[in-house]
Amino acid sequence: MKTLETIKKELKEYDGKNIRIMEVCGTHTSSIFKNGIRSLISPRIKLISGPGCPVCVTASSYIDRLVEYSLKDNHCVLTFGDMMKVKGSELTLTESKAMGGNVKILYSPLGAVKVSMKNPDTQFVFAAVGFETTIPIYALLIEEIIKNNIKNLRIMTSLKTIIPAISYICTNEKNIDAFLCPGHVSVIIGSSVYSEMALKYRKPFVIGGFEGGHIIAAIYEIVRQISNNECNMKNMYQSAVTAEGNEKAKALIDKYFEAADDYWRGIGIIEGSGLKLRTEYKDFDAGSTSSEDVDVTPAGCKCADVILGRITPQECPLFGKACSPLNAVGACMVSSEGACGIWYRNCEV
Amino acid sequence: MCVAVPGKIVEINGDTAKVDILGNIYEANIKLVSAKIGDYVLIHAGCAIEVLKKDMAKEILSLFNDLEEEQNEDS
Amino acid sequence: MKINMSHGSGGKQTEDLINRIFLKHFDNNILNRLEDAAVLDIKGKIAYTTDSFVVTPLFFSGGDIGKLAVCGTVNDICMMGAIPKYLTAGFIIEEGAEIETIDKIAFSMKLSAEEAGIKIVAGDTKVIEGQGGIYINTSGIGEIVKSGVSISNCQKGDAIILSGNLGDHHAAIMSERMEIENNIKSDCAPLVSIVKNLFDSNIEVHCMRDVTRGGLATVLNEISSASNCGVEIYEAVLPISNEVRGLCNILGLDPLYMANEGKMIAVVPGKQAKTALEVVRKSRYGENAQIIGHIVDGSGVTMITTLQGSRILDVLYGEGLPRIC
Repeated sequence: MKTLETIKKELKEYDGKNIRIMEVCGTHTSSIFKNGIRSLISPRIKLISGPGCPVCVTASSYIDRLVEYSLKDNHCVLTFGDMMKVKGSELTLTESKAMGGNVKILYSPLGAVKVSMKNPDTQFVFAAVGFETTIPIYALLIEEIIKNNIKNLRIMTSLKTIIPAISYICTNEKNIDAFLCPGHVSVIIGSSVYSEMALKYRKPFVIGGFEGGHIIAAIYEIVRQISNNECNMKNMYQSAVTAEGNEKAKALIDKYFEAADDYWRGIGIIEGSGLKLRTEYKDFDAGSTSSEDVDVTPAGCKCADVILGRITPQECPLFGKACSPLNAVGACMVSSEGACGIWYRNCEV
Repeated sequence: MCVAVPGKIVEINGDTAKVDILGNIYEANIKLVSAKIGDYVLIHAGCAIEVLKKDMAKEILSLFNDLEEEQNEDS
Repeated sequence: MKINMSHGSGGKQTEDLINRIFLKHFDNNILNRLEDAAVLDIKGKIAYTTDSFVVTPLFFSGGDIGKLAVCGTVNDICMMGAIPKYLTAGFIIEEGAEIETIDKIAFSMKLSAEEAGIKIVAGDTKVIEGQGGIYINTSGIGEIVKSGVSISNCQKGDAIILSGNLGDHHAAIMSERMEIENNIKSDCAPLVSIVKNLFDSNIEVHCMRDVTRGGLATVLNEISSASNCGVEIYEAVLPISNEVRGLCNILGLDPLYMANEGKMIAVVPGKQAKTALEVVRKSRYGENAQIIGHIVDGSGVTMITTLQGSRILDVLYGEGLPRIC
């Protein structure tokens, strides 16, 4: 009988060839640390943290626009907590708030409806960052804005889609052997897209949940496939992820947004990797990201190499020296889901 | 990249529902799902994004069982 | 009635405010003399500390800023092996605050002070421009009854006892702010009885620390660096209520880094661990206590996770903000 104990034992004692697995989702990265997963598996199984944190891949010029907006009279930026610490070319939203900027943290984008209706004299913008999991919620927000005829609320989007990013990595980086696919993005986009990816790139694509047990089981499955020279999609988060995904959510995304080239902090432009509001909804757009965005990469910062799995965070010359959570140089150190921040806080050296 | 949490729908009022997350009652938007009272849904940023098909704890146990089957097939 | 600038003028309105609220509630023979300073009779070594309180909202499930202001300082005194005796209270009040609100806060301070066995012997009130905010500073003095209790006194083999559930205060505040309904109450409480009972039972307490801002992980790191030792704790035995777990899942928070206002750890010799645990569990506010780990060789704080993996716990960086992505 295979139990958690026997699976853990096999993973710990694994002595086959080196395997490099990229977990694309920041919440997976976080769960891997919180559960101490690395200490439970053989050093021959390497877990690489990919570009799955929206905060980490957002261009600095986008942050600059939010900062500027927050400092205007009668303007207010609504945002998720994580964006507060990300540096633009000069300032973070936390710093602009300290300078008198108007910034308010919300848990749900839909909370913006109430806030903007209550304060009709203030112009609000929601900092709409995220991947497919969050994007349908922005579509619902636009619906609510239209329905309630709200004139003082728009969104500033920096929206990314994960498949073009994974394809980019598969094409440009030869050292990733398998992907632990993002569970909650997959809830929306479905598992079948990864079947095509597995076929095309000849690597295992395993969708995993976020409990420690989910992740251990997914890693085991990847190791098993590689040991047997298999490369299949496997959905190990069936409680939430279906083959086709959430059709309602996908239809809503499609109604309001269209694909666009987008800029990824540290990486550059990835073709078709972003979403922007369709032309007919441009009135709700307060200055979204585009391929024209720019990024100020500080000297020596290796965020891009980290996100692409070329180096581990502590191989960056700035890691733990010039760059730490208290004085973050790169975006990966800022976010609680950024690879460097997680590695630093957990002293993974 | 996305924190999401399972909860049980205890009340539905049009497009929103009260969802019980380990004793915390949170009012979530349910327009993205077709859910009824008693269903477990996955909540992300204030919205239900999917109805869960089975209990997550049981899912993890069944994952281990499935892995065993595959091992048997291989051997 | 609302506070206006004249309540801080030092004139008639200030006197009224003091008489009608502070003297009424804090009533004791030292304060009532209304001298420029309280004259205290203390023998031996004292523990002396100060803390300021700026919480929003002022009233929350399980407490209010007044209760916090008393318990926070009382607990800091206790952690040094002292029994708290006297407290001072300074109020900075923004104009527009309701006098009734201040009355409620002062009454709450009175109740907590009585429970902690402490007298509020001096005070001050200032009014500033603003929007009705209220801020309180308290300072306190306690008589040392057990010397040598120190953050730098932990020794290898010592057991770490945590007095109860983690995260309740932070979770109660976040629930109010994020409008999430639950039964979570702040754990805000004076820890005097736990500390007294430990000393009365002749437990050789090496170190005590209240687990406030920064959470358990931050406190354990402070111990590790002050005592030059390693700390090992076990995730599976950490007392955390289901509701707090649920709230943490919703908001992406980690109970190990959440603030508490009525929790402490006591580091005691390994051979006294079980006795000490029983003592704490029988004390008021200690019923959910657990032995959560040990002092070990090495450095830093390691947690053995429920999956039996090891996770290194660093201190809290920045604020614990809710996150969704």
